[in-house]
Amino acid sequence: METLEIKNEQSTQTITTATQNISGSEILLKGLIAEGVETIFGYPGGAIMPIYDALYDYTDKLKHILVRHEQGATHAAQGYARTSGRVGVVFATSGPGATNLITGIADAQIDSTPMVCITGQVFAHLLGTDAFQETDVINITTPITKWNYQVTDASEIAEVLAKAFYIARTGRPGPVVIDITKNAQIQKIDFSGYTKCDHIRSYRPKPIIRTNYIEQAAALINSAQKPFILFGQGILLGNAEKEFKAFVEKTGIPAAWTIMGVGAIPTNHPLNVGMLGMHGNNGPNVLTNECDVLIAIGMRFDDRVTGRLDKYAKQAKVIHLDIDPAEIDKNVKTTVPVWGDCKETLPLLTQLVDEKKHDNWLAKFRALNQIEIDELITPELHPQTGELTMGEVIHQLNLLTKGDAIIVTDVGQHQMVACRYAKFNNTRSNITSGGLGTMGFALPAAIGAKFGAQDKTVVAVIGDGGFQMTIQELGTIMQSGIDVKIIILNNQFLGMVRQWQELFNDRRYSFVDITSPDFVAVAKGYYIEAQKVSEREKLVDALTAMLNHKGSYLLEVMVTKENNVFPMVPQGCSVSEIRLK
Amino acid sequence: METITKKEFTITVYTENQVGLLNRIAIIFSRRKLNIDSLNTSPSEVDSIHRFNIVITETEDVIRKVTRQLEKQVEVLKVYYNTNDDIIWQELALYKVPTDVIAEKVSVERLLRQYGARAVVIRSDYTVFETTGHREETDALVEVLREYGLIEFVRSARIAIIKASDGFHTKINEFENQQPGEQVFENEYLNNGQKVFTM
Ligand SMILES: Cc1ncc(C[n+]2csc(CCOP(=O)(O)OP(=O)(O)O)c2C)c(N)n1
Repeated sequence: METLEIKNEQSTQTITTATQNISGSEILLKGLIAEGVETIFGYPGGAIMPIYDALYDYTDKLKHILVRHEQGATHAAQGYARTSGRVGVVFATSGPGATNLITGIADAQIDSTPMVCITGQVFAHLLGTDAFQETDVINITTPITKWNYQVTDASEIAEVLAKAFYIARTGRPGPVVIDITKNAQIQKIDFSGYTKCDHIRSYRPKPIIRTNYIEQAAALINSAQKPFILFGQGILLGNAEKEFKAFVEKTGIPAAWTIMGVGAIPTNHPLNVGMLGMHGNNGPNVLTNECDVLIAIGMRFDDRVTGRLDKYAKQAKVIHLDIDPAEIDKNVKTTVPVWGDCKETLPLLTQLVDEKKHDNWLAKFRALNQIEIDELITPELHPQTGELTMGEVIHQLNLLTKGDAIIVTDVGQHQMVACRYAKFNNTRSNITSGGLGTMGFALPAAIGAKFGAQDKTVVAVIGDGGFQMTIQELGTIMQSGIDVKIIILNNQFLGMVRQWQELFNDRRYSFVDITSPDFVAVAKGYYIEAQKVSEREKLVDALTAMLNHKGSYLLEVMVTKENNVFPMVPQGCSVSEIRLK
Repeated sequence: METITKKEFTITVYTENQVGLLNRIAIIFSRRKLNIDSLNTSPSEVDSIHRFNIVITETEDVIRKVTRQLEKQVEVLKVYYNTNDDIIWQELALYKVPTDVIAEKVSVERLLRQYGARAVVIRSDYTVFETTGHREETDALVEVLREYGLIEFVRSARIAIIKASDGFHTKINEFENQQPGEQVFENEYLNNGQKVFTM
């Protein structure tokens, strides 16, 4: 098939040499090394002890980060994968160890993050007997994995691991679980060497590119008066930033991003018109319902992006570029489906499109965004009086990091504020839980993000609620000595839920009032430097102290208690009904 | 071709023969709260490749989405969906009736012949008949036999053959003959939009 199938990947090759009489565990570790793995996030336990025993002799080649909860291992692996573009690797034991992975696996599945989780399992002869710490990991993870497999014999390990890495990273990436029974970990066999996988006959990572659709798409784009580009994480996952930029610049089409796609082109690029969706910018939301051709690239029309579907871009012809055929027509009916990897389809399309400018159309975006700047952004980012706002913290952070930091966000108001206002010069710089909206994501993800991009400044922006969901990962930071900066935007509420209760439930604040420990003292208890700030005059100094500090640092910022994130497309409304207040 | 009315579709899924795949396939339906009318798994004409026949009553739009989500599973080779016009199908039914009633009542014998039923087991206490056919036919015979003391009835899942399947048959054979690791398997139906599904 697929003349366009990954040709640049190395063809099948044997990497490690044959060894006689070695254990399944050791084969696994040799395989990980052959796959180029350097960092593993994990937590030991009974059913995975043989692997940990083997690891004892491999610590010069494989760095293992001991987390404080297996969920933390998955988010760390996600953070690692998202900044480095490589496959994140997780170890966990059977039963509770494996079930603690579920949230992170589900998060990786919905956000297409390449990850391989290795779980220990009870001895094969005990399967199905309700043995100690036995859970049916394969069936539990089936709906949330791209692939999973239970290994019961050491001879399967090498091949299954090779498949797992191949599946996790190719096509639309995703999480893979390999469950290995204890006997297979212990069993000794003659190992014939590790061969990387580059083909599975029933698996088609990319659909065939069909030139007639590329031609149709180009014709539509060339005849469009008000074309509009929506871009998502597909560009990052396809390493197609360059190809995307060339396409945008040649066509001169305004482009707006989903929170997973931000950074595919710099936030300050003249054709970047802002954020889509529920808390996105005014221009892109309103003009979605005015454009004549909508070009969606590597994004999946999530309901947080589209608002009410039956009033979504009904006037427009839709071109959808995606690697996953199941995404085409799933939510929004496509006029021209451009199946394929955007790294390959975008250049084909760029060749055929006319060089153009859309100045008047672009000016419309600018004008609508200007209203938002005047009414809402300026007061949020530059308040003169009153308590600190989340927006001004992000704004000051931008000024200090100059758009070069990696920002990891948790879930809630601070997430939307950070995504809206953070500036990114580089790709793979905004790490957030987009599809699943997992509170507790940020702290462990920031740890992984730093391991994946050691030369970058990594700043985690977290709410007071979400921080308490995975607070124990401060222990991982302490022990690994990793350098992550943590900003807690403390509004003393489960802010996003409170906002909805204020707007839609008549201010009936039902269990959103959350108290917190002394975060500074907690951090210090973990030997992490920390400070709390609540005055405007001290904010910049506090941020500077955090950024200049060698090593991890926690900064708690007390912000307005009852601020709302606007603009907002209320649930059930059309994107063009976006509210500025 | 597009329609919002529900009708009966038969989905044919070609897969690797792999433990756990049944669950992976089933949850794609249960996740959308879709009720499967019948499900059959069996070998195909090609060694090592299995096929599922799934019958479901839904709108074509939903069926198309489900089909794509099925096809995206790593161990699924290919998925077709067809309306009843595109396929030839059969279901097998077994009926257990008291032998004395049959022996006594001549009309029963005539009925069974009329419905094409065949005796599989004849004992002094009961007799088991078999029919193959479409659901309406087997259902009709159930109604009739109820009056004669029907003891037990069971019907198999639908098995179906796609009328226009030559193309894929050739492909799947070529596919199987190739060594793993080689470029194989052109996913023909993607170029064949109208035939399989519209876009
Ligand atoms: C694990 C999990 N539980 C519950 C929610 C629902 N939820 C979404 S935002 C939010 C409030 C978050 O509060 P906080 O962490 O303080 O951040 P803020 O919104 O105040 O910035 C909640 C409870 C969630 N997204 N994830």
